[in-house]
Amino acid sequence: MSKAELKTISLDEIEALAVGAWILGTGGGGSPYLGLLNLRRLYAEGIRVQLMSPLDLDDDDWIAVVSNMGAPLVGQERLADSRNIARAVRMQEEINNIKFRAVMSVEIGGGNGVQALMAAAHLGIPVVDADCMGRAFPEAQMTSVAIGGLRPYPCTLYDPRGIEAVVTKVPTWKWMERASRKICVEMGSIASTSKAPRTGREVKDWGIHFTTTKAIRIGRAVQEANRRHEDPIAALLATEGGKKLFTGKIVDVARRTTEGFLRGTAMVDGSDADRGTKLKLSFQNEWIVAWRDEEAIATSPDLICVLDSVNGHGIGTETIRYGQRVTVVALPAPPVLTSPRGLEFVGPRAFGYDLDFRSLFSPAAAGA
Amino acid sequence: MKRIGIDVGGTNTDAVLIVDEKVVHSVKRPTTADVTSGILDALRALRAEPAAAVKVDAVVIGTTHFINAVVQRRHVQKIGAIRIGMPASASLPPFCDWPTDLASLVNGEIFMLEGGHDYDGRPFMPLDVAGLKDAARKIKDAGLRSVAVCSSFSPLDPSCETTAREILAEICPDVAVTLSHDLGRIGLLERENAALLNASLHDLAVTTVAAFRKAIADSGIDAPLFLTQNDGTVMQAEIATAFPVMSFASGATNSMRGAAHLSGLDDAMVVDVGGTTSDIGQLRHGFPREANAVVEVGGVRTLFRMPDLLSIGLGGGSHVDEDPVRVGPLSVGYRLTSDALVFGGARLTATDIAVAAGLIDIGDRSRVANLPKRLIEGAMRDAWRKLEEDIDRMKTEAGDVPLLAVGGGAFLVPDRLPGISEIVRVPHGDCANAVGAAIAQVSGEADQVFRDLSREDAIAAARDIAADRAVQAGAARDSLKTVDVEDMPIAYLPGNALRVRVRVAGAIADPDLPAAA
Repeated sequence: MSKAELKTISLDEIEALAVGAWILGTGGGGSPYLGLLNLRRLYAEGIRVQLMSPLDLDDDDWIAVVSNMGAPLVGQERLADSRNIARAVRMQEEINNIKFRAVMSVEIGGGNGVQALMAAAHLGIPVVDADCMGRAFPEAQMTSVAIGGLRPYPCTLYDPRGIEAVVTKVPTWKWMERASRKICVEMGSIASTSKAPRTGREVKDWGIHFTTTKAIRIGRAVQEANRRHEDPIAALLATEGGKKLFTGKIVDVARRTTEGFLRGTAMVDGSDADRGTKLKLSFQNEWIVAWRDEEAIATSPDLICVLDSVNGHGIGTETIRYGQRVTVVALPAPPVLTSPRGLEFVGPRAFGYDLDFRSLFSPAAAGA
Repeated sequence: MKRIGIDVGGTNTDAVLIVDEKVVHSVKRPTTADVTSGILDALRALRAEPAAAVKVDAVVIGTTHFINAVVQRRHVQKIGAIRIGMPASASLPPFCDWPTDLASLVNGEIFMLEGGHDYDGRPFMPLDVAGLKDAARKIKDAGLRSVAVCSSFSPLDPSCETTAREILAEICPDVAVTLSHDLGRIGLLERENAALLNASLHDLAVTTVAAFRKAIADSGIDAPLFLTQNDGTVMQAEIATAFPVMSFASGATNSMRGAAHLSGLDDAMVVDVGGTTSDIGQLRHGFPREANAVVEVGGVRTLFRMPDLLSIGLGGGSHVDEDPVRVGPLSVGYRLTSDALVFGGARLTATDIAVAAGLIDIGDRSRVANLPKRLIEGAMRDAWRKLEEDIDRMKTEAGDVPLLAVGGGAFLVPDRLPGISEIVRVPHGDCANAVGAAIAQVSGEADQVFRDLSREDAIAAARDIAADRAVQAGAARDSLKTVDVEDMPIAYLPGNALRVRVRVAGAIADPDLPAAA
């Protein structure tokens, strides 16, 4: 094993990560707050988590890819417990007879942005500064590793009632989604999962790199603007090259927890420059399409983020409610998601919308 | 409609009589430690005015007593906390995100038991009845007098919580029980926090509401007692005894609603300048704009719907420092009438500056006659600059809007401010929160499971039930507005089951008019 430079993540950085991951969650992935609470308690016990660059991985290292799978609403009632995700990783080690060098999150957005840290705290291995989405997505095949055609199995799922399940083999990522989703739904539409183990080579080739530090950077920008009583949303847009789409007040939310997902629509009544108009947001765990007068003005995989107009923090599809004042912004998607093959997995048609993806950003912005 | 509105604040107890929406008389008296004598004093002073000695339909009290108890860590009691939903959520027990000083005052003992529900209505684990009985016995042995119970997905299916209450009633019948589903929605930690806070205020609620009743009885008034709650509506005194947390934001809500009523303005910025702080908020359609995010009370995260307020340390009792010239944030508070220069004290306060500047005439003016002009002007400029900055922060639109200046220290607000079209001052503005209490609205709520209806039809059905209940409680039907709608599908039940909660509120119907159909 080659020597890698490990950097201890401070609690301040985790606090910023929680803010940034919630924004990158594009409404889904659940609030990182409960994961943050777990980490505060673990840090109070003296435990520390370390971060390593994906470029420092050896080609034959094994990396665990973790995710708390399910409907975000359920995560509001069955609170994140760091031991569960660690158990899902141990299951992978047991069935494959391997040792992991490090752990990474399948998605940096939402609560999963801190899941890797929670697992690492118990497992005593570092977190890789990378993920497989650069945001959050609802389904298992909506990842850079699926776009890269990497092996989709095996996947372990854990429920603290003592239920352990393994999806041993499937022909495609879509089948992995279907098989693991069924198990997840039976577990109560929430499960701690460890996806197919990845090699260091695969993470170097197909991981979306440096997203943990990106989320920390976003969180810091928002926190510091708030501290200085400046506009946190302007700070976010400046840092990440984003675009403001709409400002207004939530006037209706229709939500359904179905087949392991939270689906529905939220309606925003415009204020300020958008007075007299409405924006409709369609969601499946994450915000997928923003509609203005029946016209889609933003779609996945561009990041649609609904933010608290006052403090710039993310608002989730499970917590958004009548009367909230929100600002809707778009951030550029990682290039792997906007490639023709990427759009097959995460473009509007992958969510059942008969729309072509038209990015709000130039390719250069996405690469930034 | 004849109502007495009372605001029991930390410094003053104000009382007003409102007849047919007009203020007949208002008085201000110091709050007392026993609460009762301060209210009694205010009521006697109010009734001493011949025009105010009429028979009233109701007495409505707004108070910051309960929220202050939490913020100041006073009069909170040790409680038992029962969490039902193990083995999930085990790493985040009750009190896990509380400030340690408050948790150590309130946390008597924690019990974490199996049970609870899933999102689709299925039981998560069989309810641990033996564990509940054991917990009840331990609570009894420990001498705890109040318990909070929180079960996973209880807003969807409260049966684990209600079973816990039955078991507690059997084994320790004298213990007060708060069930989380009565106070909050989906979001276990925040709902549990609301229940824990409520349970910790039980004894205080019982003694405070009893003190309110005694004061009213002693004053010879025979009328039902109501307390105002966070959304600007009234609740019966019995409900307030069981759910003191429902009054948390009523002081601020009443002040803003009272300001709206007195001025006739429905959309405006409001600044309520008290003795120690100024609260800045915004009225929209006659109601305070709500806080967007999670609301922390005394450092505890909750999902209460509260007015969005910015509190700054600037009031009539604010200390004035000379070098550099600065007003606040420290204040003499309730000692204003003894410590301020104009009242014979030795402390230079914002009130002294205002007297010297000729803005008000109270106390002994000669005692501030020799203050240097530089100091007077500098202090006023500092107060105005603070107000200007923070009022601008709370504005949500670019154009000029009116500003309602209320509260006992409203003289600190200048006659012109950038971004403000006009400064509106109203008679009785120093008692705006008592006025807000007197005009508080009546609400009705429906919360039940509907089957075989579309979402729209189910919500409409729930709204009709809520409206009927509000009218029964005394609201005028044509004034009712929907204030909250929430619906949750219960996938596990057949027939497209949907749990719908709707809350409506409206003005009090005039009892002399026949009810509108």
